[in-house]
Amino acid sequence: MSIPVLALATDHWYDLRDLANISDAILDGADKVLPFGIVYVLAALIGFVASFLIFVLPSQLYLGVYGERKIIGRIQSRYGPNRVGPFGLLQPIADAVKLLTKEALTPKESDRAVMYVAPIIFVMPAVLIFAVIPFGPRMVFANVPVSLLYFMAISSLPVIATFMAGWSANNKYSLFGAMRIVAMAISYEVPLVMALLGAVVVTSGAPYAGDFLNGLALQDMVLWSREFHIWVVFVQPLALVIYFICVSAELNRTPTDIAEAESEIVAGYLTEYSGMKWGLFYGMDIGYALGASAFAATVFLGGWTFFGLEKWVPPWMIFIGKTHLFYFLFIWTRGTLPRLRSDQLMAFAWKFLLPLALFNIFLVATERMIWSSQDYAKGLIYVFAVVNIAVSIAAVYGWARFLGYRPENTPVRPRLVKNAGGYIPVGSEANR
Amino acid sequence: MTQTIKSEPFILNIGPQHPSTHGVFRIKATVDGEKVIEAEMVMGYLHRSMEKLAEERTYTQNIPFTDRTDYLSSMSNNLGYCLAVEKLASIEVPARGNAIRVIMSELQRLASHCMAIGAFANDTGAWQTPVMWAFREREKILDIFEVTSGARLTCNYMRIGGVAFDLRPQFEPMVRKVLNDFPPFLQEMEDLLSGNEIFLSRTRGVGVLSPEMATNASLSGPMLRGSGVAWDLRKADPYCGYEQYDFDIPIGYQGDSFDRFIVRLEEMRQSLHIIQQALDGLPSGPHSTQVPLALRPPKGEAYARIESPRGELGYYLVSDEGPAPYRFHIRPPSFINLSALREMTVGGTVADAIVVLGSIDIVVGEIDR
Repeated sequence: MSIPVLALATDHWYDLRDLANISDAILDGADKVLPFGIVYVLAALIGFVASFLIFVLPSQLYLGVYGERKIIGRIQSRYGPNRVGPFGLLQPIADAVKLLTKEALTPKESDRAVMYVAPIIFVMPAVLIFAVIPFGPRMVFANVPVSLLYFMAISSLPVIATFMAGWSANNKYSLFGAMRIVAMAISYEVPLVMALLGAVVVTSGAPYAGDFLNGLALQDMVLWSREFHIWVVFVQPLALVIYFICVSAELNRTPTDIAEAESEIVAGYLTEYSGMKWGLFYGMDIGYALGASAFAATVFLGGWTFFGLEKWVPPWMIFIGKTHLFYFLFIWTRGTLPRLRSDQLMAFAWKFLLPLALFNIFLVATERMIWSSQDYAKGLIYVFAVVNIAVSIAAVYGWARFLGYRPENTPVRPRLVKNAGGYIPVGSEANR
Repeated sequence: MTQTIKSEPFILNIGPQHPSTHGVFRIKATVDGEKVIEAEMVMGYLHRSMEKLAEERTYTQNIPFTDRTDYLSSMSNNLGYCLAVEKLASIEVPARGNAIRVIMSELQRLASHCMAIGAFANDTGAWQTPVMWAFREREKILDIFEVTSGARLTCNYMRIGGVAFDLRPQFEPMVRKVLNDFPPFLQEMEDLLSGNEIFLSRTRGVGVLSPEMATNASLSGPMLRGSGVAWDLRKADPYCGYEQYDFDIPIGYQGDSFDRFIVRLEEMRQSLHIIQQALDGLPSGPHSTQVPLALRPPKGEAYARIESPRGELGYYLVSDEGPAPYRFHIRPPSFINLSALREMTVGGTVADAIVVLGSIDIVVGEIDR
């Protein structure tokens, strides 16, 4: 099936609503004067510089390092970084310089080769996942028809690197972290894929411009939102919630950061890492979180579309804004929630998320059948949205009650007695 | 043929350098996977020989030592020691001195519990937010201490026979501000943690201590009250005129970590209530009785105990009519509360052990002295 490519913007080189215009112009011109082949190197360079300027710099450095510390600072009623540069804006650079100049210690008893290789293996998938993310109508590096599967495959690779890091350090705390992350990644991969399956079922096969959309291609999911004027999240609210929880578990973000739980196992698999080797893990953790946010923005939040606004505002700006909005959720939960214990986390994945994800697939598949029998009527999707939001809330609440969630049975205030005495059994404190 | 997977127990040293040991304390845990099957406490990394040092100094010179045992509640430690000396030398404290002592030790309880619940929430993994909020409020109390005694942490404010200085004019407005600011803060903490399902699942049923065990291990303070035993020295053996104030003893339900947490939160409410009453009825008159600097109490011994934020804090003194105590002994509440740690951690996971340790609210300076 051919992937529909549409040009929203004009193809003048100065039309920055689609950055592919300007790079096309540069590369076409360069192709005429330069010998054959050089233009590919040039294209890679332009891509690198442009992606650094529009995405990596604002996101990785400023949202991931500076913004996260600043926002968490405000959550904790303190200022956050404000010493280096105006408003502390040079803090990420100071951090990077400090990490680069710091000695990277390797413990004597560690497995040196594995310990060296682990950060490198950790970095590569973080770069690769952005290849399939559509930043705009034509701004996607590799528009492969199975980009969703590609993303799932690549994003589960870093677990290997973290396990290598934890195993090689020859430290008991590192080993704890490594074992925890492997157990957790296996548990959470399942509901994650199940949740995304719901989104795929909704989008795939819907008619678009005389063709059908391919639900496994990320660009087609964006086109679906554009065609039906609704984001996938409204039709699949439960899937987004499950995706968010699972992905924060995979990324080791609080409340599920059991693999590097500071108060329990010091720093988990990173305990023995220092200097830039640690810095690579830290920086790429942000990279993965941004990748997961970009993926969520594409699949659930309509990607680069915004109900027609993308005709006026550059679509890549809308997309980056949505990515940052989703990333803010990670920061927010990190600043607010305590951490679950590892066995509770596994139980949560298998007992709570997985049944809900399966129920979600059942629900959406039923609706998909109705929808196709009604010739994909546009109005019907809004009905589904309302129904799904209501059913999702009911399902979450009902399933939690079924599993024994009884907040009213948990007293949050202690009993009060007037006089000192011995042990007072529950229920007999009334006239003490 | 069936095969069973066997795992080999190994020893995990939690501490002395570990983010959650609240100082330099070490749990030598034997773990089987994540499960703790044996826990041994190793103490003494912060031993400073205070009890022996105190035998070389006069009774007044010993007051600053008591600041440095439980450095999170120096006012209460001052008070316990001064009460013991007063009992030994039969010294009466004027009414104003007693009221100031009550206000100060209740403010100290607020400050100490702020630290306790903040650090406890940190141990459950709430990354720094509760502890920062608690520190924000604790700061206001430390400011009051600074205005009154000149020091924020090691106040050295109580004296034998009363307190060191009378209150400053800005004292009352500052305390009123604390009284105003604390109830919203406590509500905030409840909203953030008490109703939080993750926090509940981490603390409910973790580190359960039966009332029999708690009393047999001679525990005190929020540890004992969390297990449902109504015991508070301010009610059972009043000192400094606590019998005039109206307050309740909060007690828990089943003695788990969450009960100890909510007991501490409620104790802060009760402390505010006591401060309110003491401040409204603050008597005029001298703040202290004149006591000779080189005090030589008559031969004998005395034990005075107070309800410090961590439990029963006792000071045992023996006098041989010399200028320095013949024997100076502290009954540190966190040391004795810690003795139940093994009981509470064995059978749980490593993560539970950290939560249990946080719920005991230890101060290593007091354990090792």
